[in-house]
Order: sequence, then C-alpha cells, then structure tokens
Amino acid sequence: MDLSLRWLKDYVDIDVPIKELVSGLTISGSKVECFEEEGEFLSNVVVGKVLEIERHPDSDHMFITQVDVGEGEPVQIVTGAQNVSKGDYVPVAKHKSTVLHEGKQVRITKGKLRGVASNGMLCSVAELGLTVNDFPYAIEDGIFILGDDVDKTVGKDIREATGFNDTRIEFEITSNRPDCLSVTGLARETAATFGLPFKLKAPEYKGIDGKASDYIDVKIENKKLCPRYMGGIVKNVKIGPSPRWVRERLRASGVRPINNLVDITNLVMLEYGSPMHAFDLRYVEGGKIVIRNAKEGEKITTLDGIERELSPEMLVIADEKKPVAVAGVMGGEYSGIMEDTNTVVFESANFDGASVRMTAKKLGMRTDASARYEKGLDAENTYHALMRAFELVEKLGAGEVVREYIDEDYSDKTPKSVEFDADWINGFLGTDIPKADMIKYLESLELKVKDGRVYPPYFRIDIGCKADIAEEVARLYGYGNVPSTIIRGVAQAQLTDKQKFERKLRRTMLSLGASECETFSFISPKYFDKINLPADSKLRETVVISNPLGEDTSVMRTSIIPSMCEVLARNLNYRNKAACLFELGNEYIPVEGEVLPEEPVRLCIGMYDNDEPMKFFELKGMIEELLDKAGLDEYEIARPDENTRFAESVSFHSGRVAVIKTADGEEIGIFGELSPEVSENYKVSARLYIAKLLIPELMKKAAAVRTYKPLPKFPASVRDLSVVCDSELPVAEIEKAVKKAVGAILESVTLFDVYTGSQIEKGKKSVSYSITMRSHDGTLTDEQTDKAMNKVFKALEELGASLRK
Amino acid sequence: MKEQLLKLEEQAKAQLASIADAKGLEEMRVRFLGKKGEITAILKQMGGLSAEERPVIGQLANKVRSDIEEAITDKQNAIKRELAQIRLKEETVDVTLPGKKIKTGHAHPLDATLEEVEEVFLGMGFDIVEGPEVETDHYCFEALNMPKSHPARDTQDTFYINENVVLRTQTSSVQIRTMEQRKPPIRIISPGRVYRSDTVDATHSPLFHQIEGLVIDKGVTMADLKGTLELLMKRLYGEETKVRFRPHHFPYTEPSAEVDLMCFNCRGAGCPMCKQEGWIELLGAGMVHPKVLEGCGIDPEVYSGFAFGIGLERITMGRYKVNDMRLLYENDVRFLSQF
Repeated sequence: MDLSLRWLKDYVDIDVPIKELVSGLTISGSKVECFEEEGEFLSNVVVGKVLEIERHPDSDHMFITQVDVGEGEPVQIVTGAQNVSKGDYVPVAKHKSTVLHEGKQVRITKGKLRGVASNGMLCSVAELGLTVNDFPYAIEDGIFILGDDVDKTVGKDIREATGFNDTRIEFEITSNRPDCLSVTGLARETAATFGLPFKLKAPEYKGIDGKASDYIDVKIENKKLCPRYMGGIVKNVKIGPSPRWVRERLRASGVRPINNLVDITNLVMLEYGSPMHAFDLRYVEGGKIVIRNAKEGEKITTLDGIERELSPEMLVIADEKKPVAVAGVMGGEYSGIMEDTNTVVFESANFDGASVRMTAKKLGMRTDASARYEKGLDAENTYHALMRAFELVEKLGAGEVVREYIDEDYSDKTPKSVEFDADWINGFLGTDIPKADMIKYLESLELKVKDGRVYPPYFRIDIGCKADIAEEVARLYGYGNVPSTIIRGVAQAQLTDKQKFERKLRRTMLSLGASECETFSFISPKYFDKINLPADSKLRETVVISNPLGEDTSVMRTSIIPSMCEVLARNLNYRNKAACLFELGNEYIPVEGEVLPEEPVRLCIGMYDNDEPMKFFELKGMIEELLDKAGLDEYEIARPDENTRFAESVSFHSGRVAVIKTADGEEIGIFGELSPEVSENYKVSARLYIAKLLIPELMKKAAAVRTYKPLPKFPASVRDLSVVCDSELPVAEIEKAVKKAVGAILESVTLFDVYTGSQIEKGKKSVSYSITMRSHDGTLTDEQTDKAMNKVFKALEELGASLRK
Repeated sequence: MKEQLLKLEEQAKAQLASIADAKGLEEMRVRFLGKKGEITAILKQMGGLSAEERPVIGQLANKVRSDIEEAITDKQNAIKRELAQIRLKEETVDVTLPGKKIKTGHAHPLDATLEEVEEVFLGMGFDIVEGPEVETDHYCFEALNMPKSHPARDTQDTFYINENVVLRTQTSSVQIRTMEQRKPPIRIISPGRVYRSDTVDATHSPLFHQIEGLVIDKGVTMADLKGTLELLMKRLYGEETKVRFRPHHFPYTEPSAEVDLMCFNCRGAGCPMCKQEGWIELLGAGMVHPKVLEGCGIDPEVYSGFAFGIGLERITMGRYKVNDMRLLYENDVRFLSQF
C-alpha cells in the first residue's frame, strides 16, 4: 500500500519529521517498508515566463528565448521545441540543475547551441518525471506550458508549483487489517499513534430527484457470496480530467489518473479501502443487474482485453444476458466508462472474501480490488464508499446524482463485542497499564468501551477475542515498553536417545575428517536413472510434489545417495582435488495405506581423492570406527547378495561393494565404490565412494553405554603366522577360523601382510597375522599357546590354507 | 708418603684438565682410584708406617681420593652438559616449516548454529521435539487457525502433495502435535526443514530451516516472550545486542510480533546492509492464539503461552557473514572447510 503523505494530512494534522513518522507507525504496527520524495531527482528547476522568443539565426528549428526566472535579469535559453510562445509559463532547468532524461537523472549546465549561449533548458513533462496523465493539457513532444492549476510565480521551485513534492510511503499491511489498505485507515492509525485527532467527516451529497430503481433492477441470487449490493445512478455525466488535487493524490498512490469518473472510483477505493465499479448504463442490457454464479462455460473479456473462461463457483455481475464483471475482481471490457457515456451506474458491493480470493487465483489476476475484498471487508463499507463517491461527483461537477439509491442488504448486522478485562490484559501481557490508559488507547482506535465490553467499529473485522484487545492495548502502549521477564517455574530438559545418538554420530564423523553437508530433500526423478536403478525399482515410488518449482525438485528422495553423488560431482566440477563429506538426512518413504510417508534418518558418506583414487579401505576404516563409537560390537562386512535390502546396490562397482550385517543378519548399511557407469552418468572420471547407513536400525542394535572390561593383569602371548591360501579366499574366513580355534583366550587377530608375487604360486596369496592370546586367570604357558596354535593350524588346513614355509 | 699422595693429587688434577671425553675420564678413574690404581698402590705401603703416622696418612689418603673423585665427577658433569648442548644444537629444526596436516571434518554452519541455539534452549529447560516434514494440511494450517480460504496462506507459497498433504511451510506444525500429546507445562523447541515455493536466489531457497519455540503454562506472559527472545539474541550475538519488538500478524498468535535485531553493521544508523532501516528483521513471535489452544484441548482461560519461529539460515548468515544462501546448499568443500 502506497500512501500519499499529502492525502494523509487531509485527515490528520501530522507535522513530525518523516523519519519519526515512519518509525512511529512501524512501532505501532503499520510497517513502513520505505518512503520516497516525489521528484527528488529535480533540482534548481523553477517556473519561468517567456518574455521574448526569436528564431535561431543558424538553425531552422531552434529558438532563442529570454525567460524571466525571478532573478531580475532574464535568462537566455535556446530551445528546440516548437510549442513555446511569448508569455508562456514554462519549467526552466537553470544552470547547474538536474532533470530526468530517458528515466535517468542528468545535469544541465550552460553552454552554446550553434554559437548562441544557452543558460539552461526548458522542460517537457517527461523531463520533470511526470506524464500527460498528471497534466492532461500538456503535450508529450514539447515543452510543458504551465496551466492555471500550477502556481505561476516566476522563480518558484517547479516541484512546489506543480504539487510534485508529495512523499510516498510504502506500507506492508498484514492480511488481518484490510482497513489499513486505505488512506483513512492509515490516518486513523497515525492519529492514534501520535495522539492527534482524526478528522473524518461523513460524506454528504445533494442529488437530484429520482430513484435509481427507475433505471436499473438489482437482484442478488447468491446472498452468501454477495451480502450487500448498492447501486447509484449518475446522470448527464461530463467526462473530463479530474482537478489537480485528485490527480496528484492518485499519482502519489501509484494509480494513473484517467478521467473524473474512473478517478472517483479509484479515489474512493484508496481513501475508504472499499472497491467500487462504474458501468455505462447503455451496456447493462435489459436494465437488469443480477449477481449470480457464472454458468458453465460462460466467458467474459475483462478490461485488460483478455477473454476468460468462468466456472460455476465464480460470482459475476451480469445483465439480462451476459456477465459484465467478475465480482470483486475486474470489470468487463465493454462495460466501462467511454468518452460519450451519459449515464453511469455506480456499484458499491460487498463480496465474500474467500470466494473473491479463489476466483482471482483461478483466473490468475489479482487486482487492487480483489486484494482488498479477499481479506474480508465489512458490508458497511459499501455504504460509506457510495456516499463518498456521490459527494465527489458533485464536488468535481462530474454529473448529477440521482438521490435515491438501491441497497440490497442481506448482511449480518449483529453487533460484535468482546469482553474487556483490564486485569486479565495486564496479566496476559505482564504489564501494569492503568485501565484508564487502556480505554484511551482503545477509543483512539474507535473501539468503544462500555459496561465491561469492547465494541469494535465495523471496519475492524479482525477483532474477535480478548487477546485481540490485548494486542490493541499493547501496540499503543508500545511493545518496547512491555517488560522483559524470565519464564517462571523449573523445567527439566534433555535430549532424547535419538538426538543423543545422532549428535554422537555427527561428532564422530567430524573427528574422522568428514565435513558435513546439507542437501535438498527433493530431487529429480531422473536422479534414479543416474544411479542406474532399474525401471521397476521400489525406490522410484516417491512422494510427488504436485506443484514443484521444476523437475529437479519434484519428488521427495527415497534414497539419500543421489544427493551425495550430486555434491561430489559438483565438487569435481569446481576442480576440488578431494572431498570427504557426510550428511545426516532423511529419506521419505511412502507407506501403503498411510497418509504420510516414513521419514527415516540416514547417514550418507561420500568421498573421492584425485591423488589417491582407491578409497575403499579408508571408507571401510571410517565405518568401522564409527560403528565402534556408535557402540555396535558385533557385525560382519560381506558382499551383498541378491536379497539385499539396498536397491542401490546396483549403483556400486560389483567387486568393491559391501554390506554391514549385524549379528542377527540385519543389513544396516552399504558402502563401496560407485560403478563406472554411474560415474559416467555424473560425467566424472573420478572414483566415487559412497556409504549409506540406516540410523534408527543401527541405534536399535547399538549399546547405549559400554561396560568396562578389566585391564589385563597377566602378560599376553603373541604368535605370528603366515599362511598360503587361494587368492579368492576372503581373509574374514581365516580370521573367523582363528577366532573359533583359539577360543576364550584370544585377544586379537591382526592382519599385517597380504602378499602375492614371485615367491608365491600363481592363484595363491600369503596372509600374515599376529595372534595375541591372554588369560585373565594367569600367565599363559607355552603348552597352552602351542595347543591353541595347533588348533589354528588344523582349522586353517581345513580352509585349504597351509603354513608358509 | 705424604709427598707421594700430594703429588698424586697434583698429577691427577693436571691430567684432568686435558681430558675432553667420557672415555678418557674413565681411564683416569681406573688409573687413580681403581682397585689396582695408584692410591691403592700407595696405601699398600702403609704397613711400614708407625702407629702415629698411620691415621694421619690414612686421613690424607682418603681426602686425596675424595678430592680426585669429586674433580672427576665435576668434569664428568661438565662433559655431559656440553654433550647435551651439542645434541640440542644438532637437533634444532626450522620451526617455520609447515605443520603436519591432521584431517578433521568441518561442521556445516547451519548445524553448528543450530547446536548453539539448542544449547541455549536446553539450558532454559526446553525439550527438542521433531515432527514430520511431509505434513497434513490440518497440522500445517487448519489447526493453526488458517482454514483453507485464509488469506495468510498466500504469504506462504506451499508445495502440495495432494489436497490434504503438504510439505510443511513452518515447524509450527510440531506445536500442534506436541500440544495434542503433552499436557502443560510445555517448553519445547522444534528445529527442522521447511519448504516454500520460492525460487533459489541469494536470499531465498525452496527449502530452509526453522526453529519453532513453544511455551505453555499458567500465567505465561508477553513479557516472558520478550525476556526469552532477548536472552537468546544476547547469547547468540553478544551482550550488547539490541532487539526491537513490533506488532505484526500471524493467524496462530495474538498479540503477534516481529522481532528486529539492531543492525550489527551500522548500530541502528542505517546502512545498505539493513536497507537503511537500522534494523534487521529476524523472527516472528506472539502469544498463542486462544483458538489454537482450544483446538488442542488446552483451556485458554487456564493456560497461556507463547510461540516463536526463527529462521536458521538468517541467523547463520548473520553470524558468519555469508551473503548468499545458495552457498549453504552447494556443499563446496572450499566453503565448508572455512568453518
């Protein structure tokens, strides 16, 4: 909402510096976004009188003028304009002035034009930043010859002389205060904020004898969507430009002046916040106005020249045959005011806000009118608006008002009131405001206080409960004056087990050298192709956004992996040599028969390193460390089989992928190198490593708190062992066999070498372990360790592994 | 014998001066003090002395022995000190050589900020509660006093899954779920992802994070709301921080407020960073609307409460002076490793 400061001053005698005004209003609840001075780009431009004019001796289109700018001596100015005559009053940009040229501020200085000195410039409306709408008698291509609505004192600043010196204040008005989408509404707020009287007089008009009902017949078919419709007739209209005071108020409010009748409807809307519409009676076929729902397939060409298809839930203003306006949104193309209009129907009506909002949205056109209606205006607005329109018609001499208007009123007239309890308000706010002050605040906003109740004025549709009254009191008392206290009472707070677990995982990942990512939860369905998921993969069953911004963000991810792939690919594109990243984020898994999906947390790790491409064991080591910190003691790392729960297993390099299985065989994670095709899909040549861990599943299996194991009292016996076996044999098998063979006294089996090469038969490998044994009951004897080692040899032989000689 | 002993001492001390290493020192010790050393050799002749002379010479011999011993020990220590000095000198490194890189990860600025906010609230007795991001229209809007036709819905451009399911536009949805499940007193914050149909640019993202707070108890006041938020801002931005509360409108709170932070850059004077306003809009808050309480089965005549919603991106960007929101979601390691 753009407010003209000049217009505001019609209703309240505010005389404080602009900064103080805007900050005061912001603090009391009408937030000012910004403000600007009209014509602030003009400087040193004044009213001048052309005393002499003669042709330029060396030019066939230029003139030399002598202009009185109130400085005693006339000033010589050369102009190329053809419309200047002796005696004209014109805007003069003097030496060292600024004006607008093609929308940009330019500086004017004295100079010579074809050898003749020129000490400034005569200006057009555009050079002043104005248009011919602001001064309808001016011409576009020529000097602005000042008319009688301009102060013609020579030497006077042009902004003052033309009234182009208003201040435009832009407000952000919240949706609960449609009354503040008006000059009077903001003037009322200003008066209350600064403790000044609000000067609004009820509009008056004389009118001529007659009844509007003799001209038109109004029938409301849908009284729910149109509780009130008022129609007035203005006869013998004289279409012409509005006076300057109307034009400048419209201009400062961001509305283009058109002609007196259209300007009146706009002026009333801006001033009273109540949209109005004017029809040419000639175009109301059958003299009938019907407010009804649109018919299936019915069409209307709106004022903006676009044909629109209506649907039956939309409300229209129709004549006998056709819709002439979309109720509360926009009028029809041929119903408006023309140059030759003689009789005008003024419509001031009340429409259901939700209906207008829906209609405007469906038709894709939000107008000044719909923006006001959709917030829910009170039906009483319509009356005040029509009265003001009549008053303005007479004031502007725009026609004759037929005295008796039509008023079809089905609106709810039950008076509203809310309990007023000063103690409750103070208790609620934590303040100590005297009751008398509260009443003063409320009455300054026209909220009447009587017998313990508050009676809000009709235009305050937002007041409905005690808390609303508390807000009115608080904002005039000043939110800044409400004290600051600490909430009383003791409260215990603690993180949930889930929160603690996730924090632990985050910290561990950070300490392991991985940096944290945040990626979008929505992805493109194409991402599934990029990670090579088959067409029938269950991961492709997603939560789909019906109105996405674009395909890239159109479905909720069912796998966190492609998000990480994107991040790795992006880092590679940025030529970052290496990345080691993780994200703790959700997946969104639709559940059959449920309204909402499941949103389980996943840990995704992603890494690459151009200098050291093979990261499998680094990733595995990181996961092992993480699982250890998470408190998972027993698990197995194995190749995924065809029954794996991870549909993304197809995205991985078949020889470099593993799943993590807990002791009971549940898979809680997958990791490895992505397949070369997937890398290619991301257009990168690097080897990408990815892990995904299921966090709720992991948490279930992990020990919350580890119990202490006593420190050893007796020394350990360590034996080293090298065996030769098939190179295909996973070392985990050897370890398993060793563990089983040694039994309770085993402390650790540590692999320290794997060798293939000239010393070893082809197809075989040599694996070396260090086996640590220890008993808590006493020092192990050689006999005991030998016995254990013999069992180991035997078990390994069964695996086809023989001692390396 | 006396002369012999004194001469010996003299000889020893003279020799000591020319010895420079531990080996020579040891040789000397053997020569003079050893079992077959020179003092021993002299003492062996003591048998020929008179009973009067014997203790005198014995005493002298002991003194000479301990003098020599002491001199050798002193010399030994001196050599040790010297060697130590040489070693330190030899081992001197160029301390300006680069340190060995130890790799640790970097917390994402959003998460680091969130954890700090969470700590402030945990300290004030607020539990942290989570809720679904894909949410029903009921929890996201209806129960928050925003029926389907409510104009305030226009200010939150919503992603719809279907007519009744949305991507939550605010974590206020968790307020309702909490009030349905818990009885007052309630003190919670609810951080999480929220979604609005905004095209990505330097200050907008279709996905961002909010931290919703809710307090419900008997006698909770608007002054409590102010005190709580002022405390948070001081913890986050320092004791000097100034905040401003001004009236606003949210359908689910009444009175409602927007809270502005005095611009760090210009301290309220107005600068390009705060668009000349002197204040930076930071969060929305208010007293929970009685209709919202009623809808959750809490009697507004008995209980009152406040709620607030903080944009995590905004405070994060302010803290770290990040000027483009896109950086937060790009996950460029050159960006992440700065924190």
